[in-house]
Amino acid sequence: MQSKKIIDDFCHLIGKDINIMEVCGTHTVSIFKSGIKSILPNNLKLLSGPGCPVCVTSIEDIDKAIAYSMLDDAILTTFGDMMRVPGSDMSLYEAKAEGARIEIVYSPMECLKIAEKNKDKKVIFFSAGFETTAPLTAATLVEAETRGIDNLFVFSVHKLVPPALRLLLQSGEVRIDGFILPGHVSTIIGSKPYEFIPEEFSIPCCITGFGAEDILLGITMILKQIIDNKPTVDIQYKRSVKPEGNIKAIEFMNNTFSVCDSNWRGIGVLPQSGLKLNEKWAHRDSEKVFDIKVQSKPEPKGCQCGLILRGIKTPPECPLFAKFCTPEHPVGACMVSSEGSCSAYYKYRLQ
Amino acid sequence: MCLAIPSKIISIDNLMATVDVMGARRDVSLILLPEEADVGDYVLVHAGFALQKIDEETAQESLKLWREYAEFLEKEAMYEDT
Repeated sequence: MQSKKIIDDFCHLIGKDINIMEVCGTHTVSIFKSGIKSILPNNLKLLSGPGCPVCVTSIEDIDKAIAYSMLDDAILTTFGDMMRVPGSDMSLYEAKAEGARIEIVYSPMECLKIAEKNKDKKVIFFSAGFETTAPLTAATLVEAETRGIDNLFVFSVHKLVPPALRLLLQSGEVRIDGFILPGHVSTIIGSKPYEFIPEEFSIPCCITGFGAEDILLGITMILKQIIDNKPTVDIQYKRSVKPEGNIKAIEFMNNTFSVCDSNWRGIGVLPQSGLKLNEKWAHRDSEKVFDIKVQSKPEPKGCQCGLILRGIKTPPECPLFAKFCTPEHPVGACMVSSEGSCSAYYKYRLQ
Repeated sequence: MCLAIPSKIISIDNLMATVDVMGARRDVSLILLPEEADVGDYVLVHAGFALQKIDEETAQESLKLWREYAEFLEKEAMYEDT
């Protein structure tokens, strides 16, 4: 295979240890599924970063979502991925089993139908996800306004990818020589928001597609930047990603949300790393419309998710991994979602 | 979570389209699409919304890059030999 030989030769030319981090859960899964790690030379290591919005949703936000679902006359709507994320005492799935009104939607647009069908209820959409998903919620709110659907509200726990990468780099806890950047987040935001990475930290980046061939080429483009000593933000995934991103989606996002501090599970509060509804949408913002208080428990003892999300430890280095923490009974964030690194490790490495 | 799937547009009605996603038909919104799309175009769909039209001919572009890298290595090898 020619691509393998080129990667081998590039790594030989570089002649030192190289750490490349992927920051998207879909990449993590694709890397495991395809067995890419097994063909890479010894001095090239792939690390998984904080790449799954399900995993980084805080315990407090899950507790709040459950509290909303238990309000009188409320229906909480959510993506299916969020159902099994453990809160302090239970997950949304368990809350539903106990009678809470929770409906799974495939698209935020489905919330409109649910709201129209249940005019006497308050429909609260638990809006999680990175920049890929936020514009969808924005467009749905605009549609609700146009159609006069007044009983739809949003609980926004959206997170932003670039600020998390900045924190990783500023902490200096792990050496990163290159970033495989997410393909679909970047379809929305383009390449500009990552430019601080090569400019301020001299670290090569490549926005990469999700097939095994895409990832191999993305890695090679990063290696070439290292060889040439010209760090930049390359785009391998050109069939979907434009440098300017999706201007229309960005506009929807900017008109609806404002940037806020956000609590990342396992990591803590990161400044300016999340999205909340802006003032114009206060009447749809669940945090402003409904008065709920939650008392959340700290993250479980022994759980190493924080270190795993930052690439400092690998899942098998966690004392809970595969013993007390499994995909069926997840303790920590990274085991919860099928795109979390612990879950991917469990599924593909232990087989 | 950020999974998006290439889908072919079967029909368009204003800002909604019916697409074929790996054999299944789905209705998706075109409201976030930055450029106009026609029946027969492929779009990237995430949770009920088309996010981008997908360009073709990238396989060619990838091959071109791999060839460039191979040539670069050949030159490096020649340099090392001399």
